[in-house]
Amino acid sequence: MNLQNPREIYGRTLVELGTENPNIVVLEGDLGKSTMTCYFEQAFPNRFFEMGIAEANMTSFAGGLSLTGKIPFTNSFAVFAAGRAYDQIRQGVCLPKLNVKVVGSSAGLSDFGDGSTHQTVEDLALMRAIPNMTVLVPCDGTETRKMTRAIAAYHGPVYMRLTRNDMPALFPENEEFVIGKPYLMREGTDVVAFACGQMVSKALEAADLAAERGISVRVVNVSSLKPVDESALKAFARGMRGIVTAEEHSIMGGLSCVINYVFRGSGLRTECVAIMDRFGQSAASYNDLLEEYGLTPRHICAAIERAASQ
Amino acid sequence: MNHPAQTRDIAQLRRIARKIRLDIVQMVGPGQKGHFGGSCSSADFVTALYFSKMRHDPKNPAWEDRDRFLLSKGHSALVQYAALAEWGYFPMEELKRLKTLGAMLQGHPDKLTTPGVEANTGSLGQGLSLACGMAAGLRIDGRGSKVYCVLGDGELAEGQIWEAAMAAAHYKLENVVAILDRNGLMTNGLTDVRYSPSPVDKKWAAFGWHVQEINGHDMREILDALDRADTVRGQPKIIIARTVKASGIPFAEGRAEFHNGIMTVEQYEEACRVLASEEAVS
Repeated sequence: MNLQNPREIYGRTLVELGTENPNIVVLEGDLGKSTMTCYFEQAFPNRFFEMGIAEANMTSFAGGLSLTGKIPFTNSFAVFAAGRAYDQIRQGVCLPKLNVKVVGSSAGLSDFGDGSTHQTVEDLALMRAIPNMTVLVPCDGTETRKMTRAIAAYHGPVYMRLTRNDMPALFPENEEFVIGKPYLMREGTDVVAFACGQMVSKALEAADLAAERGISVRVVNVSSLKPVDESALKAFARGMRGIVTAEEHSIMGGLSCVINYVFRGSGLRTECVAIMDRFGQSAASYNDLLEEYGLTPRHICAAIERAASQ
Repeated sequence: MNHPAQTRDIAQLRRIARKIRLDIVQMVGPGQKGHFGGSCSSADFVTALYFSKMRHDPKNPAWEDRDRFLLSKGHSALVQYAALAEWGYFPMEELKRLKTLGAMLQGHPDKLTTPGVEANTGSLGQGLSLACGMAAGLRIDGRGSKVYCVLGDGELAEGQIWEAAMAAAHYKLENVVAILDRNGLMTNGLTDVRYSPSPVDKKWAAFGWHVQEINGHDMREILDALDRADTVRGQPKIIIARTVKASGIPFAEGRAEFHNGIMTVEQYEEACRVLASEEAVS
């Protein structure tokens, strides 16, 4: 399987964008060798701002830069980018619809060693709840590159959630990324699985397991949590016996809430694979955490079987 | 007075400042809550900025080479609304619709609704960071514009102020001029008693800022300090303006309860009478 590191690809894409557009500026909260903004710093030192470990100031400062026509990308771990700077994002950036891109790195449980303080289970809920915000989660490196380019071209506030660890290459090279659009990743006829981020690859593996049990699963990558194309999501569920959602995020306020809202009253059984209202914790490996929190292909397959049983 | 010219005439600026205060009082009206205390303490230096110092154009609020004005203490929006209205950024009639449903003039400055407002402030502590970001962007573009940012002294309790102070000094943002409205009062009493920011001058100096301290109601001192700030290179500047809350409204001066206070009909009429008179109040 061809593995890609989304952080690495994000960092390289920022340099591409910086080469093409002199208005691209990058702000960093002292994690540049982890978020991989270090490449942009080397290429464009005058458009790179080390903001120290001060995410609140970084976010508002980015708002100020955007008010002079710059396109700022703020960078930190997702738990700080979205959580520590929540009020700055809400008040200073989203209220006036400023053109600031907040990039939350090492999201979900992906920073497995650092534990609960550095893992975020609620960033998508926080960001989705803010009016004017766009919320995106790429499923691999290819989509990360396309998404990064798309948000630079879009005028308005965006939150993009990146994972720390390698991901299998899934997103077609020849497919355009469009904000709001869900992407069909695998065709199937019995159950539709809506997934985002790292869980898209897990859902695809789960679809293989389900196929062995005689259940045909359609897998859809919902990389845009906000806005969502409701009619496209409904079309993907047409004729299905049930729905599964899969996300590396709390059951509160993330993909499961998007899907449950869209399919309210539809009568389709919906099973959700998510973090059940718990904080993360340290572990020796990412996979240990995915197992502990019920986020493996096996868990998704069990949800598929339940959804298909209607 | 609808379209006053920029001036260095002290007497004229004092007259404008008095009209600004009258606008503030009339915007709030009797029997209504309004942040007129902190709006009036800022009235003189806000007048000096809008009517003497800053380059701006009410016919072209987005003029790229304008100087920027940010009210980090966004609850004092009334003073900025009065200055913008006097300049003709929007009709004076808008002042009467303040804080009503669908109004241009919100309780705190809103860039999306109000011409001349540069950013959304009101969640305290964020305006200086926004100002610094603007200053950095203007510097990248090689523009000579300055960014003026008004801070409250109660606001200095917000940690983000000091994050911004560090950033401005680190990046040598000499195009940032902060003005601290040191009226000495927070919502429920004296700042130095309830939650002291003192010594304010030493703190800013220690953070690498050029510091001046003035009487914030002396128009000559205000103009001189703004001019002196222009001569300082390589560091951000702050002017600590010693002021009196609700300055110009005799019954409310220096009283914390008028931070977001209510005037009786009698008090309202007295305030209007004093501010409409030709006697100098500053």
